[in-house]
Amino acid sequence: MLNVALPKGRLGEKVYSMFEKAGFECPSIKENNRKLIFENEEKAVRYFWVKPSDVAIYVERGAADIGVAGKDILLEYEPEVYELLDLNIGKCKMAVAAKADFRDDTQKTLRVATKFTNITKNYYAARGRDIDIIHLNGSIEIAPILDLSDVIVDIVETGTTLKENNLEVIESIVPISARMIANKSSFKFKGSQIENIVNELAKQLENKK
Amino acid sequence: MDIDYSVLKEDEKAVFEMRNLYQKYGYTQYKMSKFEEYDLYVRNKDFLVSDNIITFTDTNGKLMALKPDVTLSIIKNCKAPDNCVEKVYYNENVYRVSKGTHSFKEIMQVGLECIGLIDDYCIYEVLMLAAKSLEGISNDYILDISHMGIVSSVIDSLNISDESREEILTCIGAKNINGFSRICEKENVNGEKLIKLVSNYGDIEKVKPVLEEIRNETNEKDVDQLIKIAQMLNNCGLGDKIRIDFSVINDMNYYNGFVFKGFVKGIASGVLSGGQYDKLMRKMGKRSKAIGFAVYLDMLERLNETEKPYDVDAVILYDENSDIEALDNAVRLLAGNGKSVMVQRSIPEKIKYKQLLRLRERGVEIVENNA
Repeated sequence: MLNVALPKGRLGEKVYSMFEKAGFECPSIKENNRKLIFENEEKAVRYFWVKPSDVAIYVERGAADIGVAGKDILLEYEPEVYELLDLNIGKCKMAVAAKADFRDDTQKTLRVATKFTNITKNYYAARGRDIDIIHLNGSIEIAPILDLSDVIVDIVETGTTLKENNLEVIESIVPISARMIANKSSFKFKGSQIENIVNELAKQLENKK
Repeated sequence: MDIDYSVLKEDEKAVFEMRNLYQKYGYTQYKMSKFEEYDLYVRNKDFLVSDNIITFTDTNGKLMALKPDVTLSIIKNCKAPDNCVEKVYYNENVYRVSKGTHSFKEIMQVGLECIGLIDDYCIYEVLMLAAKSLEGISNDYILDISHMGIVSSVIDSLNISDESREEILTCIGAKNINGFSRICEKENVNGEKLIKLVSNYGDIEKVKPVLEEIRNETNEKDVDQLIKIAQMLNNCGLGDKIRIDFSVINDMNYYNGFVFKGFVKGIASGVLSGGQYDKLMRKMGKRSKAIGFAVYLDMLERLNETEKPYDVDAVILYDENSDIEALDNAVRLLAGNGKSVMVQRSIPEKIKYKQLLRLRERGVEIVENNA
């Protein structure tokens, strides 16, 4: 039985349909109920919905053999997993944003509000810039408006939320998309089944191009 | 003394098996103190899995540390002969911060180190013992072997910036082919050989064609060495448990040559890790070569989690009026028959027993039978 952790939400549904197309369907998943675990014994797969930011934890600790997680989560938590495939969906970018009239005063420590402290720390450390990280769990966009921070580091998809809050992207850090990850130990013992899925998904991506 | 091996937990069993195994091959146990001067770890910080070390001030004012690692202490104290090999094994607790919880954890480690004149036989022996150590834990195991010399020769041939090199190493460790295709694109180099090297893993016969393809003057020796030693492991009957997998990456500042990682079915992370660390030896001012590995035993309690049907064979109940000599006789009789007996005034909560007995004036009476 191969355990697959899928991120709850729109991205997860897209991912599931890719798995379905690849021949690893599990019809019960489409029933409208609140169940979180779905199994197809015949195909030897079991899917479960988890919070997107938790997928990497399920996979790293082996509760799931494979899973799909955003590159942002992988960069932030640096889990010990194999990153087998870029699924090219859920595309966005990690970026630094600030108020439209922001001027970086390099004499001062830069105050950065973010959910992604590890990514932020690494990004500014590579530039040798002294920063003060303010960890927030949501509504990051209001931090510069209330002068809680000078800039924010966050995921930018369309930029609409930023624009509506009078913010703009000043630097792009890294492009983000959904990645298929695998537990290192599972990969040793269920390798052929995992490879099979990776190859099927890779074919789909190839066809899309 | 008779030992009932079924009493042993998985990690204890593994420790016994491994100590037995290492002694059989002439390794002697290296016993060390729990503390080491902090200075030793500061100088070799990157070698350690984590920077966090428990420190305290000794009575003479020296800053000491609870050992986060055993290898450094062994290197420091070894004689490092250049005409033979010092072969030692250890079974020690180390103190590290566990990832995720950010709190210190005591981890039991068993491992071995070979220091001195390391040749192909010695490398083979250590790899074979690594495989057999895993076998001592479970029959379902895999030992992944890589060769840093080969990996770095291919990366060197790309001629890329140091920054990209670091990124490429991370990608190799994560089998992230998309990732390093992107880096190669950015650096405008052809990474085809590297992709082939990392995406081909399996037994030596499967990997050989790729090795022949990337063979060049700089890595020729390493390629031959890998093929030869892998074949020796095959001959020793370990072929189906050994995989050549170049995604095993250890810090290139310390490791060179062979590096390897062991996995056991049912445990989510690697349980064995090792390699040749000649570069670390140089950093510590020793001329000789070295190879070794460690087995992490803290994960083993998760293995074979079958719940025991009973905590104890019999519970004997007595009260304040019971004759405790008669009680002792009853216990001795049961224990003499190889049963486990728990003596109690009343039944403890949540205990699972086969038989419940009560001590009466006329003898022991069976109250309940669950067998």
